[in-house]
Amino acid sequence: MSIALTQKLSKISWLEPVIKAAQGENRSQNLSIIIKAVGIPLAGIMMFLMIWHAAASGIDTSLGKFPGPADVLLQSKTLISEHISERDKAAAFYQRQNERNADRLAKDPDYKVKIRAYTGKPTYVDQIFTSLITVLSGFLLASLIAIPLGIVIGLSANLYAAFNPVIQIFKPVSPLAWLPLVTMVVSALYVSDNPVVPKSFITSMITVMLCCLWPTVINTAVGVASISQDLKNVSQVLRLSWLTHVRKIVLPAAIPMMFTGLRLSLSIAWMVLIAAEMLAQNPGLGKFVWDEFQNGSSNSLGRIMVAVITIGLIGFALDRMMLLLQRIVSWDKSATLR
Amino acid sequence: MNPLLELTQVGIEFNTAKGSFRALQNVDLKIHKGEYISLIGHSGCGKSTVLNIVAGLLQATEGGVVLNGKEVNEPGPERAVVFQNHSLLPWLSAYENVELAVKQVFRGKKSKAEMKAWIEHNLELVHMTHAMHKRPDEISGGMKQRVGIARALAMEPQVLLMDEPFGALDALTRAHLQDSLMDIQKELNNTVIMITHDVDEAVLLSDRIVMMTNGPAATIGEILDIELERPRNRLQLADDPRYNHYRHQVLSFLYEKQRKTDDNPPATQTRDQAPDSTIIKERHDTRAINTPARQADARGPEQEKLNALKTA
Repeated sequence: MSIALTQKLSKISWLEPVIKAAQGENRSQNLSIIIKAVGIPLAGIMMFLMIWHAAASGIDTSLGKFPGPADVLLQSKTLISEHISERDKAAAFYQRQNERNADRLAKDPDYKVKIRAYTGKPTYVDQIFTSLITVLSGFLLASLIAIPLGIVIGLSANLYAAFNPVIQIFKPVSPLAWLPLVTMVVSALYVSDNPVVPKSFITSMITVMLCCLWPTVINTAVGVASISQDLKNVSQVLRLSWLTHVRKIVLPAAIPMMFTGLRLSLSIAWMVLIAAEMLAQNPGLGKFVWDEFQNGSSNSLGRIMVAVITIGLIGFALDRMMLLLQRIVSWDKSATLR
Repeated sequence: MNPLLELTQVGIEFNTAKGSFRALQNVDLKIHKGEYISLIGHSGCGKSTVLNIVAGLLQATEGGVVLNGKEVNEPGPERAVVFQNHSLLPWLSAYENVELAVKQVFRGKKSKAEMKAWIEHNLELVHMTHAMHKRPDEISGGMKQRVGIARALAMEPQVLLMDEPFGALDALTRAHLQDSLMDIQKELNNTVIMITHDVDEAVLLSDRIVMMTNGPAATIGEILDIELERPRNRLQLADDPRYNHYRHQVLSFLYEKQRKTDDNPPATQTRDQAPDSTIIKERHDTRAINTPARQADARGPEQEKLNALKTA
């Protein structure tokens, strides 16, 4: 292993003792660090799996036994193989179509080639991607509104006092309450013969946006409002214009709080999305769970449990991504990020 | 010669939860170009308030400040401030902190290359070129304050306002910075108003020391002209009888005429004029906590500094 690569890997905290141990540095001490960093969480997971297994075997439902870890593993394999076979089918479909079109072109050079899309049902992996796209667009839309709004109301105590009651009232509203309203409004306003994106997508996205707006607004506003008087004095003495003041002083000072808000917002967005997709029938993970529930085969509960774990893992990954983004954007690298 | 800066009958009243509180009244002061003025007084006596009024960060309730024939009513770079706690933007390097000020003040007046040279020149003045691309959290307290001074100097202010610029630094660093500041003054001959708690610092740096009475309703008690020829050398001055005489005068103002004690303080007339007796009580209490520390503060640093210089 090259030295540069070793050094880079060492920056990943739990890998450091692994590398050191591999290099023969203070082996016994590093091994105990490894056991603490990797072994204990692993033991926690094992314990959870055991309790899950024991509890699951004791629960009988009308759809059979509650799925234990083994069922879930089996179902996730099935879902992946279904995805692969569906992809094979699609590839075969396009190949047949291409061959046919090539034949026709050979017979008749004026023939206009039509390519028809494969219309198979979306696989589990497709549904994950739909969900990700929906949640990210809703979250992005919310951030585009929430950050400027937060900055503006954070700068003025009066505006903050004016907006605060509205924010506090809308903050705890469940996505399920918004959804019927959003559905009706989208149906009324989003009328197109040839829609670019389906209505269900717009509905889910807007519901996500409405629910995940608030933490970013509040945290950005608080971050902006708590900029130290010293820095504001500097800005005043320099007679910075409003825009320069915001760009050079307010934004960098508020970034840590802003990201706290963004991370809260993103985790809310992900939670809300599943509910929104169930009801809006947007072809994502939420719809998958709903369809499996309606389907009611003996495999359904296992498949839903796969979705539950997938949702958890993706939520975790999204949060880590925001953390990474904060590390890149924020000037304060020393701040503890968790 | 007309004074550059004139404070006329300046007074200020703050509205607090317990009613209005008069911090300053009848402050009259004329400052000529190139003068170095120190404001000295016990904590809470309104020194910073005077400075903030001159800076435009606070508005006087009565009276006013005139700079170069124009009334001061908002902050501006022609009255640059060196803040006590440096107030550098933590996300910018030393260079960028000075650059922010230079870009703001000289936009359209200097070319890019000229600005760069000017920023570097000012960092050079405070001996910070070696660390100009470091951020505030990567440099020491003294270095941060140097950058703060460079930022203020780079604005080419008509008056340089310094709010306890070296208050948060250790004795040795403080002495270094005072020497640096005297060198810079020799070159630039700025008009300076400096707030300080340190009697030695006041005598060493100033042309005049303005001594303030205790608040509430603080005002100027005495003004002491320091007629020591420049350049001044702290080691030679340590044995100079005139230097000790000036120190003695400041100390006797602070600890005899304006003594702060917790038991039955000698009434300064102003104390009775405060509108709210609870405020007096409160201030009185904080004073009680402050007194021993303050006195140690005024005598301690001198000894500390001498020791530091002997070992250096």
